[in-house]
Amino acid sequence: MKRLLIAAAALISGIFTLQPVSAQDSDWQDVLDEAKGQTVYFHAWGGEPRINAYIQWAAREVENLYDVRVVHVKVSDTASVVSQVLAEKSVGKTSGGGVDLVWINGENFAAMKTSGLLAEPGWAQSLPNWTYVDTENKPTVLVDFTVQTDGQESPWGMAKLVFMYDTARLDIPPASLDALLAYAKSNPGRFSYPQPPNFYGTTFLKQTLLNTIADKAVLSDPVVPNEFEVQTAPLFNFLDELHPHLWRQGQAFPKNAAHMRQLLADSEIDIAFSFNPGDASGAIVNGELPPTVRTFVFDGGTVGNTHFVAIPFNSSAQEGAKVFANHFLSPMAQMRKQDPEIWGDPTVLNVADLPANEKALFDTQDLGPATLTPEELGSTLPEPHPSWVTALEQAWATRYGAGSQ
Amino acid sequence: MAKFRPSSNLPSLIVVFLLAGPVLAGLAGTVLPAFGYLPVLGARELTLAPFAELFSMPGLLQSTALSFWTGLVASLVSLAIVLCFAAAWSGTQTFQRVSRFLSPLLSVPHAAAAIGLAFLIAPSGFLARLLSPWATGWARPPDLLLINDPYGVAMTLGLVAKEVPFLFLMTLAALNRPEIKSHTKVATSLGYGRMSGFFKVILPQIYPLIRLPMLAVIAYSTSVVDVAVILGPTTPAPLAARLVVWMNDPDLSLRLAASAGALLQLGISAGAILVYLLFEASVTKLSSTRLARGHRMKSDGAGRMAVLATMVFIVSAMCLSLLVLMIWSLAKSWWYPAPLPQNWSLSVLSMALMQTPQIFGTTILLGILAALISTSLTLWLLETKTNAGEQVDHRLRTLIFVPLLLPQIAFLFGLKMLFLMIGLDGSFTAVLLAHLVFVLPYAFLALSDPWQRLDPRYARVAATMGASRARIFFKVQLPMLTRPVLVTLAVALAVSVGQYLPTLIIGAGRVVTVTTESVALASGGNRQITAVYAFLQLLIPFAGFAVAAAIPAVLFKNRTAMRLDA
Repeated sequence: MKRLLIAAAALISGIFTLQPVSAQDSDWQDVLDEAKGQTVYFHAWGGEPRINAYIQWAAREVENLYDVRVVHVKVSDTASVVSQVLAEKSVGKTSGGGVDLVWINGENFAAMKTSGLLAEPGWAQSLPNWTYVDTENKPTVLVDFTVQTDGQESPWGMAKLVFMYDTARLDIPPASLDALLAYAKSNPGRFSYPQPPNFYGTTFLKQTLLNTIADKAVLSDPVVPNEFEVQTAPLFNFLDELHPHLWRQGQAFPKNAAHMRQLLADSEIDIAFSFNPGDASGAIVNGELPPTVRTFVFDGGTVGNTHFVAIPFNSSAQEGAKVFANHFLSPMAQMRKQDPEIWGDPTVLNVADLPANEKALFDTQDLGPATLTPEELGSTLPEPHPSWVTALEQAWATRYGAGSQ
Repeated sequence: MAKFRPSSNLPSLIVVFLLAGPVLAGLAGTVLPAFGYLPVLGARELTLAPFAELFSMPGLLQSTALSFWTGLVASLVSLAIVLCFAAAWSGTQTFQRVSRFLSPLLSVPHAAAAIGLAFLIAPSGFLARLLSPWATGWARPPDLLLINDPYGVAMTLGLVAKEVPFLFLMTLAALNRPEIKSHTKVATSLGYGRMSGFFKVILPQIYPLIRLPMLAVIAYSTSVVDVAVILGPTTPAPLAARLVVWMNDPDLSLRLAASAGALLQLGISAGAILVYLLFEASVTKLSSTRLARGHRMKSDGAGRMAVLATMVFIVSAMCLSLLVLMIWSLAKSWWYPAPLPQNWSLSVLSMALMQTPQIFGTTILLGILAALISTSLTLWLLETKTNAGEQVDHRLRTLIFVPLLLPQIAFLFGLKMLFLMIGLDGSFTAVLLAHLVFVLPYAFLALSDPWQRLDPRYARVAATMGASRARIFFKVQLPMLTRPVLVTLAVALAVSVGQYLPTLIIGAGRVVTVTTESVALASGGNRQITAVYAFLQLLIPFAGFAVAAAIPAVLFKNRTAMRLDA
């Protein structure tokens, strides 16, 4: 790891030859010195033992290397963390807060950013390992659901919508929205999606909207209420046609992605989806999905985004949190994270530009039987502006979630 | 409260001190945002806008109706089953055998019971797997809406399965008095059938003891979240479940509408209780003439069998659910329609056990401290009040019960701010204090009636013989209350162990218990892990109830009148 740091330092000095290199180095050295002996309370979703084990591993590393202790606070919903920081701000607790680092993205990040619950902008770009981040081919590391990150969160991993199916029951998966509808019609009760406002259900709505809307460009701007109905008419026409053929005729829905994956394993449904392209491979290793499961994507691409770690404004261990965030970006940590036996979460780094030794780590990696290659994964469609989420969820609830009036 | 004499003041003061701050803070955290006041979000004006937003939510009426009816119906059905069963079988071998099964079921957390039930009855669940495809012809699970049905039938059944053991235990405690046995004998010798004898002679005597627990059951069932999420409808969901979604929505402004919803939820629970009280009054009125009419109704054999069948059905459903949970905790892969897992593995269980000694320690310490403090405080309060010849002030009662009636999540936001302000946040003490807020009502609930029912003449006799107050309490009253006190301790322990949101939010993630760990891990949906942690979660309460049942059995071996087999 020391070697990596030296490599990183060398790389930085290579790039910033015109800048006062020593200042950059010494700034980071100050952070390392301050971080010594700190305890970082890292609030992160704790629903996946493989991810928990990975966090444990990373915590042991930073304790050995930098004398920073990391405690993983397992939460079931990131919104409770937002709530906690909000309560702290309400009583004017501007330092010594309970949350030092939080795993976050999308709406939760937007909420924390607009409510002023995050640490000063720019810290993410100041991390030494930031140089490896692929800002060119992975624009979502800088723009989280169309919201500029402003360096208030540091990228951790990539997400992209992939569909899972069991080859034992389904030969050729329906690789477009129309094919999916046709499949649902001829196989009633064998497809469903989590109920919005569950994140995955909303993602399915967004994917469908991207595939049906006349002009995709409007999605990067806030919703214009007057035009929303016309813009989403094709989406809801599609859903109106699909719903009678859904699992339980659309009267009940899977609660979340995990429930949907379980239904696939129980052979109640034929197609499920995930935001982690390595999810199916990992679940096969774990015995949670049959070994015959494979993944596919829609022709024309699927929605994708990045997930991050952020430091709240009143974190009691900001330096330690930065050291941990920086460690998450190290090639070794990113490589292990991408390994389906460990987690299977795609890297945020630009592998092609890594130093030869680090690049080799990635090149020899086996991504697992059910994981698509980067080429097969196809293009990534950007997330719409967060205001679309609320509008879509409300429209959905009014149409399908309010019972028979 | 100034009118209290100093002697009767201290325990009340302590209760007020422990509860007033949290309850006021919790109420403020609910009521102010409901009227548009939440400065940190820039909401500073008092308006009714949050209510307007609440009522514009799609399907709000259905959600409200669902919460009201499922809760009320589940409570009434549970009470009916318990009373009919007690009427038909109390004092028999069968009764004892069934109660041996029912009491431990009380220690099963609601969520674990609901998960087990879902595993059992889903179209791809255990029962379907046992019968498929050879009997049903289902090569694949049929597309049947058995759980999450829009009318909340599955949810109501889940609630009944969970409330029956609680009400049964309360009834059992109420029946546990020497004179009941002789009254039963008199009724029988006058020729009353077993069931009519119970309803006409015994029930009027024991009902006051069951009443308060019944009201708590109604309040709980109308505002339940975990069972609703697992078994309840979703299009739309009952109000309480939707409140949690709104409270957790990344769009922070939804909190205002959610707080307004919390007040509506309070109204639903209060309304359901009111309807029940009206029902109770009309039953009393209607039955007053029937009770004295003297119909013996001897041939109640068919009714008794029907009641027994219902009870056996509930007990076996619960036991089967637990069995399925147990199988899942050892199952790595279990594909439909195999009746048993294809791959077994102990790794999750052993991993969980290795990681948990410290977590177990924290959970047990918190639970035992909360149980001891709340039970002793309740006893102290009751003893001083009785001694001063007073009733427990109704304001104090309200203070004690408010935490049970308000949805936790809104309540906790205010509580969290209070703990932050006094700088206790994130400590073991803070979590213990927060647990006490939710444990104390149950301790009070479980103990106040047995205390009121204590024959005052024993204390008077002891006093005339010169015994001091302390001596009367420890040598006469406490021994007579051994069973209810132990049950209270066990209930309090179970309630403390079950606290998820208070532990997480007040503990700021620093205090980790079995429950916070299981809920966090269960959010990933891995069934094996969910099952393992559901088991770990019920282990501590189960041990508590087992001890509470074992001690009196040993102590009262030679005391016929104190034994349970009345």
